[in-house]
Amino acid sequence: MMVPEALALSAVLFCIGVVGVLTRRNAIIIFMCVELMLNAVNLSFVAFSRLYGMTGQVFVVFVMTVAAAEAAVGLAIIISIFRHRQTVDLTNINLLKG
Amino acid sequence: MLLQEAAAAGAHPLAGTAAEWIWLVPILPLIGFLINGLLSLSSVAKLGPKNPAEHHAHHGDHADDHHDAAGHAAHGHGGSHDDHAQPARHRYAAIVSLVGPAVLALSFLLTTTIFIALAGAHAETPFVKRMFSWIATGNMGIDASFQVDQLSMVMAMVITGVGTLIHIFSVGYMQDDPGYPRYFAYLNLFVFFMLVLVLGANYPMLFVGWEGVGLCSYLLIGFWFSEKANADAGKKAFIVNRIGDFGFLVALFLLFANLGTLSFAGVNAGADQLAPGSALVTTICLFMFLGCAGKSAQIPLYIWLPDAMAGPTPVSALIHAATMVTAGVYLIARSAVLFSLSPVASLTVAFVGALTALFAATIGLKQWDIKKVLAYSTVSQLGYMFVGVGVGAYAAGVFHLVTHAFFKALLFLGSGSVIYAMHKAYHHTGNHDDAQDMRNMGGLRKFMPVTFILMWIATLAIAGIPPFAGFFSKDEILGSVFARTHGSTLADATWLGIPGSTMLYAIYVMGLAAALLTAIYMTRMMLYTFHGPNRTGEAERTHLTEAPWVMTAPLAVLGVLSAVGGWLNLPAFFPAGPVQALHHWLEPVTGQAALRVTKGAEAHLEHSTEYVLVGIAVAIAAIGIAFAIARLKPQALVTKSQSPASEGFARVLEEKYFVDEGYDKVVVQPLLGVSRSVLWKGMDAGLIDGLVVNGSAQLARGIGWVGSRMQSGQVGTYAWVLIIGVVAVLGAFSLR
Amino acid sequence: MPNFFYELHFYLFGLFAIASALTFVTRKSPVAAALWLVSTMFSLAALYVMMDAHFIGAIQVLVYAGAIMVVFLFVVMLLNLGHPDELSDLRGKWGRLAAGLLGLAILAQVMALSRTRPEASLVQSDFDRLAELRGENAVAAIAKPLFSDHLLAFELTSVLLLVAIVGAVVIGKRRAST
Repeated sequence: MMVPEALALSAVLFCIGVVGVLTRRNAIIIFMCVELMLNAVNLSFVAFSRLYGMTGQVFVVFVMTVAAAEAAVGLAIIISIFRHRQTVDLTNINLLKG
Repeated sequence: MLLQEAAAAGAHPLAGTAAEWIWLVPILPLIGFLINGLLSLSSVAKLGPKNPAEHHAHHGDHADDHHDAAGHAAHGHGGSHDDHAQPARHRYAAIVSLVGPAVLALSFLLTTTIFIALAGAHAETPFVKRMFSWIATGNMGIDASFQVDQLSMVMAMVITGVGTLIHIFSVGYMQDDPGYPRYFAYLNLFVFFMLVLVLGANYPMLFVGWEGVGLCSYLLIGFWFSEKANADAGKKAFIVNRIGDFGFLVALFLLFANLGTLSFAGVNAGADQLAPGSALVTTICLFMFLGCAGKSAQIPLYIWLPDAMAGPTPVSALIHAATMVTAGVYLIARSAVLFSLSPVASLTVAFVGALTALFAATIGLKQWDIKKVLAYSTVSQLGYMFVGVGVGAYAAGVFHLVTHAFFKALLFLGSGSVIYAMHKAYHHTGNHDDAQDMRNMGGLRKFMPVTFILMWIATLAIAGIPPFAGFFSKDEILGSVFARTHGSTLADATWLGIPGSTMLYAIYVMGLAAALLTAIYMTRMMLYTFHGPNRTGEAERTHLTEAPWVMTAPLAVLGVLSAVGGWLNLPAFFPAGPVQALHHWLEPVTGQAALRVTKGAEAHLEHSTEYVLVGIAVAIAAIGIAFAIARLKPQALVTKSQSPASEGFARVLEEKYFVDEGYDKVVVQPLLGVSRSVLWKGMDAGLIDGLVVNGSAQLARGIGWVGSRMQSGQVGTYAWVLIIGVVAVLGAFSLR
Repeated sequence: MPNFFYELHFYLFGLFAIASALTFVTRKSPVAAALWLVSTMFSLAALYVMMDAHFIGAIQVLVYAGAIMVVFLFVVMLLNLGHPDELSDLRGKWGRLAAGLLGLAILAQVMALSRTRPEASLVQSDFDRLAELRGENAVAAIAKPLFSDHLLAFELTSVLLLVAIVGAVVIGKRRAST
């Protein structure tokens, strides 16, 4: 049923997303890396749903909804930051500095 | 049927009788305390400069000061002494005068009822009335319960009976004091705790009472707290008693650790597991005696009692003569089974008692303050009681406790009556002399005939002249000491290498010497106070009068008791009457322990020997009195202000062997030094404040500083840290 | 039924997804990166369909590749970040090396952990997926649990979306004062 292969693919994609988050400084690209990680998780949900039932696919729907909401808010924040600082480079943004 | 019979056999003969109401005996004074305390609080709120009439109330033990406990230092003396108007009573004086003695009287009636029920029941075992479970943790289960047995009821009778008389006396003595309700609140609270002490059915209950009476003693010694000396005396009593309480507590811990119970019944039953004469039981008894020495003013902890005379005189009579200070004697009688197992501890008790009796009697020889004489006399008589319980004559010790409560309460109240008269006389003329100094008295028999006669009865009683109460009880103790010199576990034991019989002979001789001194200093007090010419002063003399009936009536009752109190326990050789009544009465409680000391045989001397001993004792008392009358010249005395300072050994006695000064140098000052340099500067300021408090604050600030440096605001860095954390957690999982 | 042809396509799409993802994280230009991500998502959609999750495959294309990524591209172009000759946003050489090692470490750990057998009690033994699919169409298969067992959560997602819309408008609005 190709489930182990799908899970392995999911893990690889997730790790690529992690590496992307770590190596990039552009906020939008980091955001896209997070989307990639979400997609990897979705893949594992779908793969498991072949074993354990439809609940996995239902969860994928929810994840997509959250991803859509997150994209809307996140991009709004990025636009707002860019408007103030003229950059989306995260190294130049340290509003959280203690 | 069988079941019913079994239940009837198991039920205590006192079950269902008045003894079921034993809890009400201490509760009644507690109710009195609540009422009087609330009245006191409500009147304090209203006291103030608005109502100066109340502040004119003047009364105190000393002529010059500390009359205004409500504390108005600004109030001048000169003006107030000129107006002879009767001082204003406290607004609640009427209701307090009713409630204070009434609760005691009710309590006394109930105690009498229970006493009669107990006498009729012939109960061999104590009746325990369980109220509620007080402490229940782990294997320790302590109930709040009261015990009705022969010993506790004798004590309760003395406390409520003498207590009632002293409460009535206080109505007259304290009537003009601004702190009148407060005084009765404290006094009622004291009686409550004292009854808890003697009626409690286990050691923790006893300890609650023990600490409670200590608190009330402190409050009443410092009753006129606006004068520093009085407040200091209260603190001294409290602190010295803490040393003793430490010993008492250690004894309780040891008891619980080894017997697993703290109820009297449990300890008495479990004491058989303790080996006779073992180090453990000796340790327990010695620590317990340390507690007794604190509470009952024995060497080396007696120093607080003379200072405790700073309190009102009825307080001295009730707390510091008749009841509280005898709690140590009660404790030893209550723990008779334990003490009978340890001849060494018993000998220690007896020897310390004898030493205290002699030592305090010598100091009493040269005191000028009438209350100080009586205070040292109390210490001395308490020593006698410890001699009694120390040599295993528990009934004799309790007997002396009872008779002493009668005649010493009478002596104190009589001196209170004298001070009252002296103070009033001085008050009328604005004289600031010392109303308690015997050098300012003299010849009072003309002015106070009732007090004079009653005081002489008490003096003869304490000196040991038959047929007054003190003769029987003192003779009983001395005879017991003599009887124990042969054929007792005490005589067979060795104490610090000295044979026990030698010790007992020494104790007997010291007891005789103390008896001689007692006769001398008591006669001296009477001579200087009531005989010879009056030294009070021309103007004051006209104002010297007998105290009102509310004060003399209790004196009269106590006078009768002092005269006939000896009939409670007539000596065995007495031809008629109820011989050794108290001895037999207490047999269910202390009989077994007393028999263990005397190796199972009733300790009785040959009647011929007893006659000789009694003859010696009476002769010594008579010699003492005669010596005092012959040698002391009241005519030669001059008033305090004109007296030269005494010299030589007399000065040593007058200054109480400089024991207080010695303690100050040896104990107090080093302790203060250590407290200041090590505990305060080193421990408190350095370690606690410096290292622990400020140090932890510095540590938190440092960690916070590092943490805030780490908050770079770089989301990328956070992501790195997060991922490293994920790797670490997953690593921990995958390596497991 | 799984057969060689099926497996070949599965591996093909899988490898293509990995390749697109790798390309995506290494592109300097945000626009190129976004397009490579879209490519990854298409591959995943194909895999979903192959794993009988037809509805998920459909909305993967519609929502993710279609809607969300278009919004990303829209923002990238709106902010005019599309020039590749801008300063690269990649970290330094050591940073990249460390990141790669960390990613490999996580991968290795996940693989190591995946040897654990799933809980037997979780596996639905009598679950006959094909029978289920044969009886209904693809949408009904997911709609039934969505609108019965998970109805509350589903309704709550609508609230979430509403909040997200309002939030995006508020945050993105140009303030009058600035």
